[in-house]
Amino acid sequence: MKKLMLGNEAFARGLYEAGCCFVSSYPGTPSTEITEFAAKYPEIYAEWAPNEKVAMEAAFGASLAGKRSFCGMKHVGMNVAADPLFTISYTGVNAGMVIAVADDPGMHSSQNEQDSRHYAIAAKIPMLEPSDSAEALEFTKLAYELSEKFDTPVIMKMCTRIAHCQSAVELTDRTELPVKPYEKNVDKYIMMPGMARRRHPIVEQRTKDLSLWAETCSINRVESGCDTSMGIITSSSSYEYVKEVCGDRFPVLKLGMVNPLPVKLIQDFAAKVQKVVVVEELDGIIESHCNSIGVKVTGKELFSNMGEFSPNLVAQKLGLPFNTGECLDEPIPGRPPVMCAGCPHRGLYYTLKKNNITVLGDIGCYTLGATAPLKATDSTICMGASISGLHGFNKAGAAGGLKTAAVIGDSTFMHSGVTGLINVAYNESASTVIILDNSTTGMTGHQQNPTTGFNLKGDPCAKIDLEALCRAIGIKRVRVVDPYDIKACDEAIKEETSCDEPSVIISRRPCALLKTVKHPGPISVDQSKCIGCTACMKIGCPAISIVEKKAVIDATQCTGCTVCSQLCRMGAIGKKEA
Amino acid sequence: MTQNIMIVGVGGQGTLLASKLLGRLFLEKGYDVKVSEVHGMSQRGGSVVTYVRYGEKVYSPVIDKGQADFIISFEALEAARYVEFLKQGGILVTNTQQINPMPVITGAAQYPEDIIGKLGKLNIKLEAFDALAIAKQAGSTKAVNLALLGKLSHHFDFTEQQWLDAIAASVPEKFLEMNKKAFLMGKNA
Repeated sequence: MKKLMLGNEAFARGLYEAGCCFVSSYPGTPSTEITEFAAKYPEIYAEWAPNEKVAMEAAFGASLAGKRSFCGMKHVGMNVAADPLFTISYTGVNAGMVIAVADDPGMHSSQNEQDSRHYAIAAKIPMLEPSDSAEALEFTKLAYELSEKFDTPVIMKMCTRIAHCQSAVELTDRTELPVKPYEKNVDKYIMMPGMARRRHPIVEQRTKDLSLWAETCSINRVESGCDTSMGIITSSSSYEYVKEVCGDRFPVLKLGMVNPLPVKLIQDFAAKVQKVVVVEELDGIIESHCNSIGVKVTGKELFSNMGEFSPNLVAQKLGLPFNTGECLDEPIPGRPPVMCAGCPHRGLYYTLKKNNITVLGDIGCYTLGATAPLKATDSTICMGASISGLHGFNKAGAAGGLKTAAVIGDSTFMHSGVTGLINVAYNESASTVIILDNSTTGMTGHQQNPTTGFNLKGDPCAKIDLEALCRAIGIKRVRVVDPYDIKACDEAIKEETSCDEPSVIISRRPCALLKTVKHPGPISVDQSKCIGCTACMKIGCPAISIVEKKAVIDATQCTGCTVCSQLCRMGAIGKKEA
Repeated sequence: MTQNIMIVGVGGQGTLLASKLLGRLFLEKGYDVKVSEVHGMSQRGGSVVTYVRYGEKVYSPVIDKGQADFIISFEALEAARYVEFLKQGGILVTNTQQINPMPVITGAAQYPEDIIGKLGKLNIKLEAFDALAIAKQAGSTKAVNLALLGKLSHHFDFTEQQWLDAIAASVPEKFLEMNKKAFLMGKNA
């Protein structure tokens, strides 16, 4: 029976059918649902690790112990996990190990659009790239076979349009596999220089063997076309756009394995067409390979290395006709994402802005505090960079009397903020670190983390005590505030940013979208008291608008957090008298 | 022939449920189907779009400008933003509700006046109605999606029972009656 599945759900189904037993990941859009769906199968042990490096090492450990394992991450997560990645390429695996990396061309939910194929090349690890859900399922199973046959971890590369697109898949049963006995093998698993020198040639030979496999494997396939004036080499979502606009007109070489790339297959394909065009999102990796094997192609000269492609874009670049639509003859205001009504970050950000604090930010929903009208933060780089960056900023001493702080979410703090805070304490910078503890991993859709007291399966588990952790690190000044209480936030920020030693403020209030949070219900504006001063508009709450020069609160959005009412000097905002 | 449906709205309005429901109906009818969603940052009150495509064989996960047969819009400004994705003569089913985006709230931009009137002058078929009012009558402002699907349902040859079965398979049991009510009220609106 056919079933509609997200690419990520189909990937998880592939894990299940392939007999995978162990999953460890850190959430990251667009990769998160692979692990969430895998966790629904009782046969699979699945967990959220504090970060991608831990997840990948845990998955390697499970493979070593003899069970098929998996870890998943978004493209920037692979930067965090790059350390183990490059060395488990040398050791190889015991039971099969598959790694998912999900790229985000167009940056729907990311801070850069790096092309993860570079990692596969640099770490000398095979990479498969499905182009729909059925392939996500099938390639996952194939990836385990390759992993065990060639003694290597295998990377499956997803992207937003494959991960978050539902298409039809056929399900089969799970294959239960016997545990592969663990055998001590220091030459294979201890990567000291002497052993690693002996492993490196094995890795190089493996890549040669995989290149030969790539020549004849069924996932690299030629689809014939009647018009040989052009041949197209492509993969992933680009393949879907090409087929959408060209149908069966031109011959297409669809690559399901993007590292290592075949040589003869490409040369033979090119020999049968008048010219070759490579259609690939982001960097010109297939194109460079073609050039290196003497096949002349057109690639990035036509197609940008930035952003997502689309059917019309591919049609236009290939010189084919395409439709356009009719639009209104006036500018349409943008609708950027915003912090939700009732978001606990809002009150804290307002206070930081009011006190003119220079704020180094981090990755999460709270990154949105950078946008108007709050405009509360000054930088966003990567997970954890707020704290370590603030330490450097303050140590450099060039701030010239600027008051500074770092803001970081609870999950991001666990991911890679702790080490930055250790540096603040150890090397003694007078830095103020604000942990925005909303009891969840918000942006990726409410995953548990080590501070929430629940694991991926929803079972109660050990809960990190943030205050005790910060004190154990050596921070003497640790205090907790409620971000709905503007006065308390104001006092805490003023005091901590003025003192000359490290400090931590934990801004604690659960995410307003959590189902467990009970809201007091909407408040409203007494129109007779409102003077239209717009003080309540400074917090950028989507529930408040100015209508005919007076503030109005949308009752369908308002949660009753009362942050706006604390800003109203006229006392015009409050609960309607019954 | 592949048919293209876009569902557009504001993050948090329930656009994903509508696309899930349509995807299920078309798959059951024996079509190849693709449903593309956006997760992550834009779900936080941003402009969101979901693509539903069905036909004998569907390739592209997304729908481009000038390609959509239908657009279902949960909000007036979003209808205006995406209308150029409609084919000439395509059908736009839109809620007349207005939700101010942050640039309008902060005064950096103006919410365009009389969007529905202006959309009506384009070479499209416009079906605009107050889906929020219907959802409220049915019992919850969250049922805007079912009211819109009810209105859309006239354009497809599924029986009412097929629609209701798909709704039953897509929403939690305790909200089923309210959602069915919103669907039927939208259908008759």
